[in-house]
Amino acid sequence: MAATTTTAAADERVARVGLFKRLVVKPELGSLIGAIVIFAFFSVLSDVFHSANGIANWLDPASTLGIMAVTVALLMIGGHFDLSAGVQTGTAGIATGLLTTYYGMNTFAALVLSLVLVLAIGFINGYLVVRTKLPSFIITLGMFLMLQGLNLGVTKLVTNTVQVNNFDQVGGYKVLHSILASTVTIAGAPFQIAIAWWIVFTIVGSWVLLKTRFGNWIFAVGGDQNSANNVGVPVGRTTIILFMITSFGAWFVGNAQIVRLTSIQAQTGFGQELIYIVAAVIGGCLLTGGFGSAIGASLGALIFGMTSQGIVYAGWDADWFKFFLGAMLLLAVLSNQYVRRFAEQTRR
Amino acid sequence: MDDGEALLEIQQVSKMFGSVISLFEICTMVRAGQVTCVLGDNGAGKSTLIKILSGVYQPDSGQLLMDGKPLTLHSPRAALEAGIATVYQDLAMVPLMAIWRNFFLGAEPTKGWGPFRRFDAETAKRITREEMLNMGIDIRDPDQPVGTLSGGERQSVAIARAVHFGARLLILDEPTSALGVKQAGVVLKYIVQARDRGLGVIFITHNPHHAYPVGDRFLLLNRGRSLGDFAKSEISLAELTRLMAGGAELEQLAHELERTEINVDDAGLNEVEDAV
Repeated sequence: MAATTTTAAADERVARVGLFKRLVVKPELGSLIGAIVIFAFFSVLSDVFHSANGIANWLDPASTLGIMAVTVALLMIGGHFDLSAGVQTGTAGIATGLLTTYYGMNTFAALVLSLVLVLAIGFINGYLVVRTKLPSFIITLGMFLMLQGLNLGVTKLVTNTVQVNNFDQVGGYKVLHSILASTVTIAGAPFQIAIAWWIVFTIVGSWVLLKTRFGNWIFAVGGDQNSANNVGVPVGRTTIILFMITSFGAWFVGNAQIVRLTSIQAQTGFGQELIYIVAAVIGGCLLTGGFGSAIGASLGALIFGMTSQGIVYAGWDADWFKFFLGAMLLLAVLSNQYVRRFAEQTRR
Repeated sequence: MDDGEALLEIQQVSKMFGSVISLFEICTMVRAGQVTCVLGDNGAGKSTLIKILSGVYQPDSGQLLMDGKPLTLHSPRAALEAGIATVYQDLAMVPLMAIWRNFFLGAEPTKGWGPFRRFDAETAKRITREEMLNMGIDIRDPDQPVGTLSGGERQSVAIARAVHFGARLLILDEPTSALGVKQAGVVLKYIVQARDRGLGVIFITHNPHHAYPVGDRFLLLNRGRSLGDFAKSEISLAELTRLMAGGAELEQLAHELERTEINVDDAGLNEVEDAV
């Protein structure tokens, strides 16, 4: 009797998980469908949208956002937010800019120093979150405000303006420009090299998340910190490294920006932190952690890029963009909620 | 049934917290391939005993003998290394993660070299499926999130995990307390499975009807003291229940239990015997 019960129960369960439910637990599915729908929608409204030029145009904002969205998604899956991620891009760019143009430091030494600086910021964020067990929301809000003040204060103090200029005068600028800000012509349209970097970040992020031990720990730390701790996952170390990964992304994006524009505003990155989170959430990351994907976050960034440019191509007022973004965010949150309920439902 | 060397012996173990005697001179033992049940109401000292056995607390007096040799457990890790695995009530599993990811959490097998060292997913999935089959469960899709499993199935994953990682002695902390009748029966079967694979099992519960069908030995605790340590041949279910309940409430409880007793004797015992 007992043996048959076991087999019957097992068969019952296997049969219950159909194709639909198996797909539904793939976090990036929703954003993939969303991206296809939005592409089709604007393609119908505007021929330019799906021309090579149009594609190059909307991939551009998607790429910088996408790089940050991937790192922020990893952090969110690990159960935390980083509200200072946006300003850290500014901090990284300003640090490199000031060290080279005003203090004459070797460009590559300045890049290393600015990397050390933002990694230290990421470490402090992570360390404070781990030690105090306070919500990362409030810790990084504090860091956000501090850095916002620091970026402005230091820039004004050194330059007497609110921007750092003349970055194209520094040594090695040409090399940097070709690595971070050059364009590649495909089908007659100039594609930013940042798009390639975005793809690299997405692949590496996805690989780390799904194929490595560390990735397993990210899911565990975000999913249930106590359980993770009980089975020997180094929760503190994992959390701190995640904050430092986000800072690394900010370093990359901030420096790509100063190279491309040859100058950087002290206000750079303010408010972007929320856009990163929006992209990650549209990509299927749960606000509560433990679930999400790097590819999804990239698709979220793609949706952002397509919508922001698509509205222009469609000849609409750009004000509609925020409305669209908000609606998509709501839709994503609702479907994520459904996915989580499905995944967490228990049969007792 | 009662012969053979003890896998773990608990000798005169006491534990104080300040002036509170949490455990006083507790003795029992568990053999490989047998189940020792620790029964007691809330506050009886069950949790303290688990924590001593899993290395979280150190006893103030008395000692533990593993394979006849004195055993000192300074930490949970030391207990794991000695082959003592504890399955806690929360099971230490992450509901949103796939079964195979949970199974190897914190001890992921890797392949590859240097920066390309990666989580060996194929091996992990294969071993998870094999170990679950050994528990009598056919997990055809190890990618299922643990949260979609029933409470009993989750227990079995936790037990299978402990067995896979070299446990010789399994401590189960109230595995049936949060479960419905049917699921509790399933978990009892897993306990029997683990026993039949040659593991010593310490099964902590406050339910004599769950303990009696699977147990070979019964340690009864009440307010930190032992009410007795019996082999199955020395005690009946009725006696066990009476000891658990204690004098004053006995009448009323016996009345309440009259009907359930029959159920357990019939259904519970038969089910377990079938599984064996």
